[in-house]
Amino acid sequence: MKDTWKRFKQNRFAFVGFLFIALILVVALFAKWIVPYDPYFMDSSSPLTSPNGQHWFGTDQFGRDIFSRILYGTQISLKVGLIAVGFSLFFGTIIGIVAGYFGGKIDQVLSRITDVLFAFPDILLALVIMAILGPSLTNLMIAIGIVYTPIFARIARGAVLSIRDSLYIEAARSMGVNSFQIMLRHILPNSLAPLIVQVTLSFAFAILAEAALSFLGLGVSPDTPSWGIMLSEAKDWMEISWWTAIFPGVAITLAVLSFNIMGDGLRDALDPRLKNER
Amino acid sequence: MPEVKKPLLEVKSLTTSFRTDRGLVRAVDNVSFTIDHGQILGIVGESGSGKSMTSQSILRLIGSRKSEQVNGEVLFEGQDLLKLQERQMQKIRGKEISLIAQDPMTSLNPVYTVGNQIAEVPMIHEGFSKKNAWSKAIEMIKRVGIPSAEVRAAQYPHEFSGGMRQRGVIAMALAGNPKLLIADEPTTALDVTIQSQILELILDLRNETGAGIMLITHDLGVVAEICDQVAVMYAGKIVEKASVAELFSNPKHPYTQGLLASLPKLGDKTRLTPIPGQPPNLHHLSSGCAFADRCPFVMDKCRSVQPALKKEQTEHQVACHLVNEEGGDENQ
Amino acid sequence: MFTYILRRLLIAIPVLFGISVLAFFMVRLVPGDTVTAMLGTNYNEAQAEILRQKYGLDQSIIVQYGLWIMNVVKGDLGISSLTNEPVFDILLTRLPITLELSFISILFALLIAIPLGTIAALKRNTPVDYGASFFGMFGISVPNFWLGTLMILYLSLHLSWLPSSGFVPLSDGVWANIKTMIMPGIALGTSVGAVTMRMTRSSMLEVLGEEYMKMAKAKGVTNSRLIWKHGLRNALVPVVTVLGIQAGYLLGGSIIIEQIFSLPGIGQLALQAISNRDYSLLQGTILFIASAFVLINLAVDIIYALINPKIRYS
Repeated sequence: MKDTWKRFKQNRFAFVGFLFIALILVVALFAKWIVPYDPYFMDSSSPLTSPNGQHWFGTDQFGRDIFSRILYGTQISLKVGLIAVGFSLFFGTIIGIVAGYFGGKIDQVLSRITDVLFAFPDILLALVIMAILGPSLTNLMIAIGIVYTPIFARIARGAVLSIRDSLYIEAARSMGVNSFQIMLRHILPNSLAPLIVQVTLSFAFAILAEAALSFLGLGVSPDTPSWGIMLSEAKDWMEISWWTAIFPGVAITLAVLSFNIMGDGLRDALDPRLKNER
Repeated sequence: MPEVKKPLLEVKSLTTSFRTDRGLVRAVDNVSFTIDHGQILGIVGESGSGKSMTSQSILRLIGSRKSEQVNGEVLFEGQDLLKLQERQMQKIRGKEISLIAQDPMTSLNPVYTVGNQIAEVPMIHEGFSKKNAWSKAIEMIKRVGIPSAEVRAAQYPHEFSGGMRQRGVIAMALAGNPKLLIADEPTTALDVTIQSQILELILDLRNETGAGIMLITHDLGVVAEICDQVAVMYAGKIVEKASVAELFSNPKHPYTQGLLASLPKLGDKTRLTPIPGQPPNLHHLSSGCAFADRCPFVMDKCRSVQPALKKEQTEHQVACHLVNEEGGDENQ
Repeated sequence: MFTYILRRLLIAIPVLFGISVLAFFMVRLVPGDTVTAMLGTNYNEAQAEILRQKYGLDQSIIVQYGLWIMNVVKGDLGISSLTNEPVFDILLTRLPITLELSFISILFALLIAIPLGTIAALKRNTPVDYGASFFGMFGISVPNFWLGTLMILYLSLHLSWLPSSGFVPLSDGVWANIKTMIMPGIALGTSVGAVTMRMTRSSMLEVLGEEYMKMAKAKGVTNSRLIWKHGLRNALVPVVTVLGIQAGYLLGGSIIIEQIFSLPGIGQLALQAISNRDYSLLQGTILFIASAFVLINLAVDIIYALINPKIRYS
């Protein structure tokens, strides 16, 4: 573990990603105190002001301060990431471990279901689930969670298969440890490395998916300071106010980029063999 | 052999070094030897002794990166290969000097047929048309003793057995009629019966074409079987050089003696004596003899002064303080 | 080879069946009633009952699935409740647009990815390589819909080079058509290009260390022949499989991109079907997209086998 951290820190690129995620987290936690304006306050006297000393990123069509809305947007993105990925991680891992550990019919059925879910493009599946559940932030998180569950199931299953028949699992089994305990104590910890990497990368996907669904108007309610919503609204105004379309996009890109490079860095740090090929 | 004729290959003070995270490593250190037409020189050593690096330095397969440096002279028919442009070197590789690599399982390109890969040689070097090159490939495949050559030529490497693949590699190496063949552990990856077939093939080809051969191996048995001359390498240096008969009957360097002692002999029931200790780490070489730590006859001098390769008798050179001092006394 | 294809086909069939089940029942879970939506303000119970009978909505859901799937096998995906046209015909008229968009995206992606990935591998740990890595990271992180927005902002609104939206069919002029497809193609293709570039780079790095590359060099081949003939051919084998997975991304991404650029393709159709609660149309579209993904990957597996001699003969 110590080695992993050391290798991770040596990867300056990934470390910058990590620092940026930390920054996003701090902003999300303290947004209330650091925003210069109330992100919901509509100042009808100054709609679509270009960036200036008072409004660093300008204002939107209702005169709301874009900088403040972007800072608040970190809360939405992180919340969606945490809950959606938490959902997929929890259910995906259980499904994957069960399928891998028991094998046979259970594995066949679960794996086929996973295959079927994989055949649906992420966005399409999330859209249909949203249509079923109705638009709300909670439903959005569930929809994204369902969409990424098969990935975790597949990773967990693969990890289980690679160690299921190893000696120490056999030893534990012969000592009468029950299946549940074996899965919890022995198999789960061994699946951790690829799961951690996937959690980080899925965070990036989840942020992107939230933005995309909100952009299509199928995500959260329109006054929410979500980066996707902001971009969606900017479409109608960008002809006369470019800033409405630029800053939310930069925010999404930077957040997603941070999680992606951190995920990449983690993968290299957790599995040095991959990095040091040749 | 007439004196006026230049040797086929004359390597002078070849030194190959790598810059690594942990400092400069001299993988080949001041190595000199010659190979004449039709002669087979064996280069023997453990893995990491620099023998493969030597062959790759000669062909300039290493040396193009910033972290690699090759110094000295590699005179091929009098021309220094290290001074050539990369373009000129491309005309030498495969045409004048060919390589047979160690592992036949990985040295053929998996996505092209064996015939295609052999045919490439006359196509790039002699401007053969596709059709002519293909018949040349089939001819080469026949020559290295692969049956039903026409069928085999159109097959992919993974359809060949290990021994067949090595024959394919040899066919590829010979397709340009090279004057010098570098065989880098050509039989190591093969099982014993196939090994002797391949060695026999190499011998036959030498007799037919009169090419010089540099045979790299860790196996003294192989050397005894087909080589004329032999050079023993240790930690990047040549420590002993002699004709095969001389070296086997009269090994001087303690390392060579150790190697010979660890060789199984027919009818000898006594246990083999391996050389104690490990080959040295090239990152931490002392200023003295690299073999000092494992040498049963080590002296104080060995730990501080590097022994030079000296002519002990005609055609027998050794780099060892023990031998060189005695020899020096005798000469006085 | 034949048995390999057969085996892959046999695996695809249960997946296709699963897709049809999921497409059918998911859509049925969507709240709202087609009949109500169709009748709108003219709703009355008698009219509604007639329509329910017409569309078979009065029978049990299992029976409805059975009837539906039997028709699907015959190529009949039902009638769109919105336009009263056969769903299959609607899909066919929309398909060429999405196909063209995907083709341009992939073309753009490959034109960038393969040279850049190869050069990055050759110039490993140099500024060129770092630049390529950054492009790779950026490309998979930037939202395609923002990229599209940015291009509209700059190329259409600012420079007036390209139309910001709308579709011109190929029959109305090739150039006019391409002008409407460039921006969506790039917006959609960037991330595909980034993923493919990263794959090409790592695959090429692996190939460069292979013994057969050293042997080819020892044969005297020129550097360019070494890289582009001996190296790339091997490096592309795994890249092809990545492209198959990317097809799913393209199909999903087209939903958003077609919406932004007002391209009347399959993706836009899916959105329309969702917002209009058009059951038959939505079922048909989902089934079509997911099946397309499975079939594309089947094709990719076959291509993979064709370019990889080890599979071809076993």
